[in-house]
Amino acid sequence: MTEGILIGLTTALSFQNIFMVMIGCFFGTIIGMLPGLGPMTAIALMIPITYGFDPATGLILMAGVYYGAVFGGSTSSILLNAPGVPGTVATSFDGYPMAQQGKAGKALAIAAWSSFAGGTLSAIYLLFMAPSLSKVSLSFRSPDYFALMILGLTAIAAFSSKGQFLKAMMMVVLGLMLASVGQDSLSDITRFTFDNMNLTDGISFVLVVMSTFAMSEALTIILKRNDPTAAAKQVSLTELGSIRINKEERGKMYRTIPRSSVIGFLIGVLPGAGATIASFLAYGMERNLVKDEEKEKFGKGSVNGLSAPETANNAACSGSFVPMLTLGIPGSGTTAVMLGALLGFGIQPGPRLYMTNPEIFWSVIMSMYIGMVILLILNLPLIPYIARILAVPKNYLIPLILFFSITGIYVMSFNNFDIYLMIGIAVVATFLRLYDFPMPPLILAFVLGGLMEENLRRSLLLSNGSWEFLWDRTLTVCILVTTILIVLWHIYKTFTKK
Amino acid sequence: MNINTTKIISLLFFIFSAFYLYTAYQIQVFAFDENAPFNARTFPIYLGYAGLFFSGLKLILPDPNTIKVEHRTLEYKKTALLIVIAIIYGATILKVGYFLTTSLFLFASYYFLGERRWILMFLLSFPFVAGFMYLLHGVLEIYLRDPFLKSIGVMG
Repeated sequence: MTEGILIGLTTALSFQNIFMVMIGCFFGTIIGMLPGLGPMTAIALMIPITYGFDPATGLILMAGVYYGAVFGGSTSSILLNAPGVPGTVATSFDGYPMAQQGKAGKALAIAAWSSFAGGTLSAIYLLFMAPSLSKVSLSFRSPDYFALMILGLTAIAAFSSKGQFLKAMMMVVLGLMLASVGQDSLSDITRFTFDNMNLTDGISFVLVVMSTFAMSEALTIILKRNDPTAAAKQVSLTELGSIRINKEERGKMYRTIPRSSVIGFLIGVLPGAGATIASFLAYGMERNLVKDEEKEKFGKGSVNGLSAPETANNAACSGSFVPMLTLGIPGSGTTAVMLGALLGFGIQPGPRLYMTNPEIFWSVIMSMYIGMVILLILNLPLIPYIARILAVPKNYLIPLILFFSITGIYVMSFNNFDIYLMIGIAVVATFLRLYDFPMPPLILAFVLGGLMEENLRRSLLLSNGSWEFLWDRTLTVCILVTTILIVLWHIYKTFTKK
Repeated sequence: MNINTTKIISLLFFIFSAFYLYTAYQIQVFAFDENAPFNARTFPIYLGYAGLFFSGLKLILPDPNTIKVEHRTLEYKKTALLIVIAIIYGATILKVGYFLTTSLFLFASYYFLGERRWILMFLLSFPFVAGFMYLLHGVLEIYLRDPFLKSIGVMG
């Protein structure tokens, strides 16, 4: 293994490859900031370019784009409440309120450091555990995945304030209902389309997230006569863009980062789970672990609440490389695109990849760490300038948020029906937000809906329609018991706390 | 039972879930799939019942955290105007094209939100959209249909 690591390090540290990581991180960050264009699009755009290089360099470039795009997505989440990719939705829960308090630079810096730490720690985990973890990821079966989805949705308890549990559950069901629109994945039978061809492919994630977050946020600001730039006006541009993190905040991050990186990495390793579930679970776990005093700050600009999902989503990005490189199973849509590119290079991923092509396997792992360092070096100096977006007056900022939201949808489908649907969902979401119906559970349920149905289908078919699959396997039982404990804990806390 | 807007929303959600459940039962499945342990209508049926269950609970249980919204203080006029502009934008974008409709949408939004610095409004609409369009169309090679620019010979 040591020899492989050294080969990887030598390949990754060549001038050409370092340059490629830099280019990848830079373009990834820019593209990731644009709503609707996430890491998958960014990598897909890079594929034709990568074919001009050797496989290791091509993959290194794509890994750089991946990390850059994830960080870019966090930037739009924090500054505009417009997460372009599912993995950065949880970042906006505390990142956006923090930016609203005139601490945009600090929020971006916490996100950057957390991403860096999460990515670095997971690269270390990957270095030592990749081959053995591939066996663990294979031990997960459909019932375990189904139970994991239930656990993920139970994490919504973390997002609901006291007495709002039922509202959160209603939003979960609404999210799952929205996800059920369109063709059934197995039989291709259309559901809830009402003979409208535009709904045959279902509703896109970007449309739902843009309408419930960015667009409805913009409408709520106008409706409530709020000024999102008010806090930014109270402080100087230097203060707004300040990336200084004080000792107390650093202390909070030191505690949050290690545990969030572990959960992020482990979830990332599971094929199909990915950064979204990882970031939501890390956020939920962090809320349960912090002191009551800090818990009250969640959703209002908590350092822990921002650091946890950012660490986890980057750790999950690295984790998702495990099933891709060692099993040939992509852990997410983005790694699926990378897998396609890898096959295009004539390389067959699998358990023997790190023996047959050690330079590719280890150089990608090494370049992840180098990518993290370069991402930090590139982005930290830019934060004070990026944060100034919040100094743009409200009369300009709101139309620009609407513009980015609508353009994000339009460039995906070139269909005006999606724009109408987006406006419709945004109006309903704005009304629901007025009465404190939380949107994050809806988004998580929407993301998990398809996967949940797929795993329930497999489990029920394998058990011939019996629900016994829920207690047939130890792993499933463990996950379900954890879920029940979380629910019971929240009920207990609701009745014992004033 | 204290009637408030949250209860009314829960009632609407209950009715919506009932309609969803009814529609779920109407989903046509293949004959050989009819009695299968899982078919295209199974999951939606569970969802329909879950919706009825949670909204029903919200309706029945007391609501100690009643949310009161002061409707008189809300800015309905500007919000409605923005929504109307967005609908018009959606209706015209395919026929007129991305550049003109997006620029006009931005310009009108600035105006209705109370902005009157005409030069800044212009700079942050037409040239801004042109730059963004160049990034998408020219750099990232994302095709943007634009009959207007085509008619004046700017786009091929």
